Amino acid sequence: MKNRKLYFKYIFLILFTIFMLYPMFWLFFSSVKPNNEIFTGIRLIPKGTWQWENYINGWSALPQHTFGTFFKNSFFVVILVVIGTIFSTTMAGYAFARLNFPFKKILFAILLGTLMLPQQVLMIPRYVLFSRFGWINSYLPLVVPAIAAQFAGGFFIYLMVQFIRGIPREIDEAARIDGCGYFAIFWYVILPNTKPAIFSVGLFAFMWSWNDFLNQLLYINDVGKFTVPLGLRLFLDNTAAVSWGSLFAMSLLALLPSITLFFFAQRYFVEGIATTGVKG
Amino acid sequence: MRSKLSNLQLRKKFDSKEAVAAFVFLAPWLIGILVFTLWPFLESVIMSFQKTNLRTSSFIGLNNYIHLLHDRKFIKSILVTLKYVIISVPLKLAFALFIAMLLKDNIKGVGIFRSALYLPSLIGASVAIAAMWTQLFGYSGLINNVLNIFGIRGKPWISSPDTALYVLIVLAVWQFGSSMVIFISGLKNIPTSLYEAARVDGASKFQSFFKITLPMLSPIILFNFVLQTINSFQVFTQAFIITKGGPMNETLFTVLHIYNTAFTRLEMGYASAMSWTLLFIIAIFTGLIFLSAKHWVYYESE
Repeated sequence: MKNRKLYFKYIFLILFTIFMLYPMFWLFFSSVKPNNEIFTGIRLIPKGTWQWENYINGWSALPQHTFGTFFKNSFFVVILVVIGTIFSTTMAGYAFARLNFPFKKILFAILLGTLMLPQQVLMIPRYVLFSRFGWINSYLPLVVPAIAAQFAGGFFIYLMVQFIRGIPREIDEAARIDGCGYFAIFWYVILPNTKPAIFSVGLFAFMWSWNDFLNQLLYINDVGKFTVPLGLRLFLDNTAAVSWGSLFAMSLLALLPSITLFFFAQRYFVEGIATTGVKG
Repeated sequence: MRSKLSNLQLRKKFDSKEAVAAFVFLAPWLIGILVFTLWPFLESVIMSFQKTNLRTSSFIGLNNYIHLLHDRKFIKSILVTLKYVIISVPLKLAFALFIAMLLKDNIKGVGIFRSALYLPSLIGASVAIAAMWTQLFGYSGLINNVLNIFGIRGKPWISSPDTALYVLIVLAVWQFGSSMVIFISGLKNIPTSLYEAARVDGASKFQSFFKITLPMLSPIILFNFVLQTINSFQVFTQAFIITKGGPMNETLFTVLHIYNTAFTRLEMGYASAMSWTLLFIIAIFTGLIFLSAKHWVYYESE
């Protein structure tokens, strides 16, 4: 009886998971099909030969710039965002979790307030601010806020605080007795012990900035500076006469860094999201 | 004398070395929150009382807000967004909870299911997925091809005013994974002794779900509910790529409308007033959810 129940549960879960991920399979197989095959019938596997040339055609489908440029730009921005976010959120996390200072309560309340603050209200004034700085059409509006812990900073700092609070205080105390200052404690004690949290923060920062569209749309105008999402959108808008297979091929490539990273580091995502309940 | 005293008190309360170190550690965040969040936040209040583009601005008091009350397109955008939030959030959470119930026990291979179902919520808001969704629901896309087999004639889901919004709602529900993961960790924290006691007392599975699982999980449900509501109100990319706000403004989400007003028509003051109105509506909704929590959220300590 119990076995049969488990059996049904597995069948349901397998079918349901396939159903949920079916669009992804469809995306992959469509990326190696010619146009006329994608939109006729429900056959998943291509009838004829697999058209891997969709990838080559898609890569250089746009005039002047290939997707190589967009990927290079995206990686450049995302890596800076990740480094900046880790830098600023671990430091702030340490201060809130361990140190005592004036206005701590108020500042922590402000931090929690930014967790809930709908970012849409900052879209216009930030644009005005950055255009005053002369930063439009550069990567500065994407990168500098991250270095200042303002790219989902509230969530990440909160995650760090939660994690650092879990490290036994005795280790800090022992280091202090050995003559370590606050910076030495941060560097030699806190950082090595927060590796899992740093990993979670880095991975989420990567995912969100890789897939971020609105900010990139607002601030980047030159096609030569386009990131992958912007390149993809340009491709999508020009695609009337182009092969859909190539568009799907590029869509899949755009997703590949996120998916690969996810499969290698699932644990950190699931743990990160479970400790703070960050959005997905 | 007085200042000396308070200085002394301060010194007693805070080790000055520690406080200095703390502010050094906080410096990047402090600068960030002042320059990139609090200042723009205030500036956006001021802008909402101005007629302004990037070059000129003049103070016009409450005119933007008064104008908004009669702006049919804006009201439409609010209604569309509300419909999206009210339908997609409960559906998404119900899905997440249902699947979380199936995946809470450590049966063999459970990790694979959890990861596979979590993945869509990580990539769902990307342009790539939006591009895929557009074709999936296109006139000769997969959905209609499947319907064809059953002899049902599909329709152009995205360009029909009565279905376009639902295409986006389905995409939102598809991303139930992050709520699911939070539910799973909440479900694992419910002591099994409670279920055992209920079983001894002869409670059915159904009863223990409503009498134990739901009350014990209610703080997590509240958390997911608030989080998803705030996020859903700010939906942008999907509508921008898939439906472009159409057809007939049926998917003109407020943030998309704000974007168009501010950056295409360059009416930044008016768009700021829209932002603040939306923020106000989000605050009311969040407030209502928190207020209602008194009646359905169960805290153990009480």
